[in-house]
Amino acid sequence: MAKKKTPGLNTSSTADIAFLLLCYFLMTTTMGTQTGLSRRLPPMPDPNAKVEDQKVNRRNIIIVKINSADKLLAGNEPMDVSLLKDKIKEFLTNPADRPDLPEKEMKDIEGYGMYPVSKGVISLQNDRGTSYHAYIAVQNELVKAVNELRNEFSYKNYGKAFDRLTEEQQEIVKTAIPQNISEAEPKDVKK
Amino acid sequence: MSKFGGNNNKKDVPQPGTGSLSDIVFMLLFFFMVTTQMRETENKVIVKMPEASEVAKLERKDLSSYINVGTPTRTYQAQYGTDARIQLNDSFKTVEDIRDFIAAERESMSEADRQFMTTVLRTDEDVRMGIVTDIKQELRRCSALKIMYMARRAEK
Repeated sequence: MAKKKTPGLNTSSTADIAFLLLCYFLMTTTMGTQTGLSRRLPPMPDPNAKVEDQKVNRRNIIIVKINSADKLLAGNEPMDVSLLKDKIKEFLTNPADRPDLPEKEMKDIEGYGMYPVSKGVISLQNDRGTSYHAYIAVQNELVKAVNELRNEFSYKNYGKAFDRLTEEQQEIVKTAIPQNISEAEPKDVKK
Repeated sequence: MSKFGGNNNKKDVPQPGTGSLSDIVFMLLFFFMVTTQMRETENKVIVKMPEASEVAKLERKDLSSYINVGTPTRTYQAQYGTDARIQLNDSFKTVEDIRDFIAAERESMSEADRQFMTTVLRTDEDVRMGIVTDIKQELRRCSALKIMYMARRAEK
């Protein structure tokens, strides 16, 4: 006599249940694409404080302006966005120590030693009519210039890309090549 | 062996097992549960983010509050027009409401985390900078200084 088998649990509907759950999650969730450019805004000046004459040496500042037609002006010359990166890199490194480019300050960086840190500041100005698209494109070029300089520094001193350095080394590189981008007070940039 | 083996033949070709089907679907389910996150608010403005190649990942999602700026979606255009508007949480707001919004977001965080709060600007690429500048000025007034311009990663 054949053995009587106990009937298995009917599992054909679990797939349907799982599908229902799957559909629910597909509808209610979004894929995580949260990337962007981080910035730190300058604090609001104290209205009671006396307006100090913050005279930054003219040679230490480069003004990047975008007008309402999305045209770019970097350091008093009109420019295409694609050329901005090299201009900024030249401005920040000042390889030939030209007197009209930013001065450098010998700084003692902990764990590295003396390094001439550029005092250059990039001042970004825009018009109310500038499109956000152009603004981000310019911001991106500025970050790219700084990132490339940091990478070059990392390769020269550690033989590795900036991302692959340890946290302390990254701090050193960040001190040596600071990212000084100032988003100025809103001003209407004239054409 | 039988000549009329209708029954026997059917037994030879067994039904494909569907027991593992549920496992496969569950695996899919877990994949989506892990890689996605809950949509907190309904999008009332259309946001097509600009592209940038140097983007960094947002580190603490739980410590970020979102400001959406863009054209209202078609359903709301009759009511709010096609000009760029600010959306906070679930409704259209003006620049003046940002102060309350930031205060409420701060309140919901623990004391230690408040300094790491990031305000994420989800802005449509066709928006004019005027409204963004207003938001930035308002954020400076509320001293919410850490901001992030959200952008898509562009292919190099």
